[in-house]
Amino acid sequence: MRVSPATSQRVAVGFMWALAAITFAVLVFILAFILAHGLPHVTWSFLTQSPTSMGREGGIFPMILGTILVAGLAVLVAAPIGVATAVYLTEYTREGRLTAVIRFGADCLAGVPSIIFGLFGFVFFAIALGMGLSVLSGSLTLALMVLPTIIRTSEEAIRAVPYAYREVSFGLGSTRWQTVIHVVLRSAIPGISTGIVLSLGRSISETAAVMLTAGSALRLPRSLFDSSRTLALHFYILAREGISMTNAYATASVLIIAILALNVLSYWLMRRFVAKVGR
Amino acid sequence: MKRDRLIGAVLLVVALSAISGLALIAAFIFREGVPIILRVGAGQFFLSTDWEPSLGHFGILSMLGGSLAVTLGAAVIGIVFSLGLAIVLTQFAPPGLAAALKPAIELLAGIPSVVYGFVGVVTLVPLIRHALGGPGLSVLAASIVLGIMILPTITSIAIDALQAVPRSYVEGSIALGATRWQTVTMVLLRAARSGIVAAVILGMGRAIGETMAVIMVAGNALALPHSLLDPVRTLTSNIALEMGYASGDHRQALFATGVTLFVIITLLNTAALAVSRRRAGRRRVG
Amino acid sequence: MANTRFAFRALGVTIAAVLICAGCGKASGRSVSLLGSTSIQPFAEVLAEQYTKKNPGHFVEVQGGGSTAGLQAVDNGLADIGMCSRELTAEETRQFTRILIARDGLAIVVNADNRVAKLSIEKIRALFAGRLTNWREVGGQDGPVRPITREEGSGTRESFVRLVMGKERISRRALTQESNGAVKELVKGDPAAIGYMSLGLVGKEIGAVAVEGAQPTTDNVLAGRYTLVRPLLFVSKGAASPAAQSFVDFVLSPAGQRLLEKEGLVRAR
Repeated sequence: MRVSPATSQRVAVGFMWALAAITFAVLVFILAFILAHGLPHVTWSFLTQSPTSMGREGGIFPMILGTILVAGLAVLVAAPIGVATAVYLTEYTREGRLTAVIRFGADCLAGVPSIIFGLFGFVFFAIALGMGLSVLSGSLTLALMVLPTIIRTSEEAIRAVPYAYREVSFGLGSTRWQTVIHVVLRSAIPGISTGIVLSLGRSISETAAVMLTAGSALRLPRSLFDSSRTLALHFYILAREGISMTNAYATASVLIIAILALNVLSYWLMRRFVAKVGR
Repeated sequence: MKRDRLIGAVLLVVALSAISGLALIAAFIFREGVPIILRVGAGQFFLSTDWEPSLGHFGILSMLGGSLAVTLGAAVIGIVFSLGLAIVLTQFAPPGLAAALKPAIELLAGIPSVVYGFVGVVTLVPLIRHALGGPGLSVLAASIVLGIMILPTITSIAIDALQAVPRSYVEGSIALGATRWQTVTMVLLRAARSGIVAAVILGMGRAIGETMAVIMVAGNALALPHSLLDPVRTLTSNIALEMGYASGDHRQALFATGVTLFVIITLLNTAALAVSRRRAGRRRVG
Repeated sequence: MANTRFAFRALGVTIAAVLICAGCGKASGRSVSLLGSTSIQPFAEVLAEQYTKKNPGHFVEVQGGGSTAGLQAVDNGLADIGMCSRELTAEETRQFTRILIARDGLAIVVNADNRVAKLSIEKIRALFAGRLTNWREVGGQDGPVRPITREEGSGTRESFVRLVMGKERISRRALTQESNGAVKELVKGDPAAIGYMSLGLVGKEIGAVAVEGAQPTTDNVLAGRYTLVRPLLFVSKGAASPAAQSFVDFVLSPAGQRLLEKEGLVRAR
């Protein structure tokens, strides 16, 4: 029996829509599962207090601070390096062997698993450079990890800026550097920010690399050389050690909300960027 | 002009130092890990299933098998779902709906892996244990969780590949009387093949490198799996499980596990790049 | 390559130097750092909390990492006190000062629906080695046995191997979980499971079997009837610093010991 093309199309498309529906059902399920269990326990005091009895009671303030420090510092270090690399690749050189090497390096770096970054950060930053398990070791490790994302998104954003903008700037007598700073980067900022926001999100969610480099101390870090536990790691420890499921869910809810907020922000930035450079 | 050249040189230095991170990682991981492979013997290290660090036995074959099993499982699930999604979103969905669904896929990529692992362990694992038997923590559980986790990677690259196919191909096929679905299978997928292959390879790289979710759902047993319901230990979970404790030879052996992982990933990445470059080259000529 | 590495290192050192100044305030003599066994970590956190409450201005930093990592950290000065949840080896005893802070029973745990209520050490060994694979063979219902072990290097695992397994090896098919909590969750959900964990953390949702006829209770541990017991140790190199000693004194004081007992441990003396 031969199936008519129209029927096979109907079956195939129906099947693919079903796959799409399952995917979104899974997404909604994961978010709802965590938020439904956790959100009721996210109170002001939970967000502002220190944990007691290993996190069985009390809040998650030190972890919020630790997460902001580790992820923020990571992006602070990676963003200038990443954007400068992108500027070099797009504005200061022609495609050649050198750019190919840089791009290949960035692509490979992007594929390195986080546990490898963790191993490296542990032997290099924590031990060889003597930073110990600390906010600093963790953030430098993460900076290296998110660097390729920032390079790639910045490069795309810079390339999307119409060439005419640059010609006008050159025509007005600007140097290349002035053009890059005042024209190209200014137009590309929303696009670049998208990459930075995404990197921030990735740093916040990372666990394996942070576990090996930033350690798991519960206290508020007093300097960048103190160990600090991030939200993701705190959630992992609470849930795995079975210390407190309520607090584990609540911590995960805070994490999920932060990720949601960053995703919305990056989406908004992206739309603004597209509107601006008129793609 | 002189100043510009100076700035260019400074930027080059920054760019090279950014990339030297990769070399630095490779150098440090290899320096820590390679000596033990040489001491144990590569054959023994890679082909023995006997991992008993306290007795000085370091064989990672079980972990290689475990990583392979969950990566292939994840790839199967990832490919089916991602291709379906990519085709539906680019060919059949109304543009408004497609635009609304894409951010949702990106959000899926943003969920922390610990959350995936946790939700997997409290919902999927008991389900497998009750419905199919076995401990629940298994190749199957890890494959499903990883399949979902790599789905955004494969989908977004596959979407790019499908969108890069010239419109004229599709229009020509429709004009010849083919249905939209026939056009997809006979023209579109064929034209976008290398891009899709690259997407799948990169997705597999993601899966083999994933750590926290796998630790929670794969069961981490040291024997090679005989069925989908058997628990396995992957290269990544071996490192994360034992690293905190390890010293001396044991620590070196874990770094050697990292070396193995690093080499596999680099091979996969190079393959993906080679495939997508071939595509780019062909298009330039054609 | 060598140049960039040097540049990286130089950059790191510079950043480090700047930040050390920022962190100067930390180097006061009232700070104690503990690192080691994840089995002791939770108890140490509780002790640290009470101690800093009683002694404002003092800081106690507690880190996991495992028993062996704790010994190493003390050895190379990363921590003042190492936490070790297993007996020291002869060589380690020569190297470090050993302080017994409490004892912990090692419970052999099974699912709440499992009928098996007592096991001999020989039977436990056989179950974990994979020689006995059906619960019927030890008086339970017909069904497979799924042993759950801890990861290599964990103090709990080392104690279990020393107290139960002896020379025999744990089955390679055993599931490996990285914490007491994960073992407990798994045993709670799987009727076929058997695991081992800290007695203080067993709770009510799973069953702990009698070993060689003795119920796993604090009294039986104190009386020496329940034999699966491991020491929980603080370890220092030479004499502890005054700040560390003050914390140790608190832990060994009646108040500190009561705290540990409340958490399910057995007092040191």
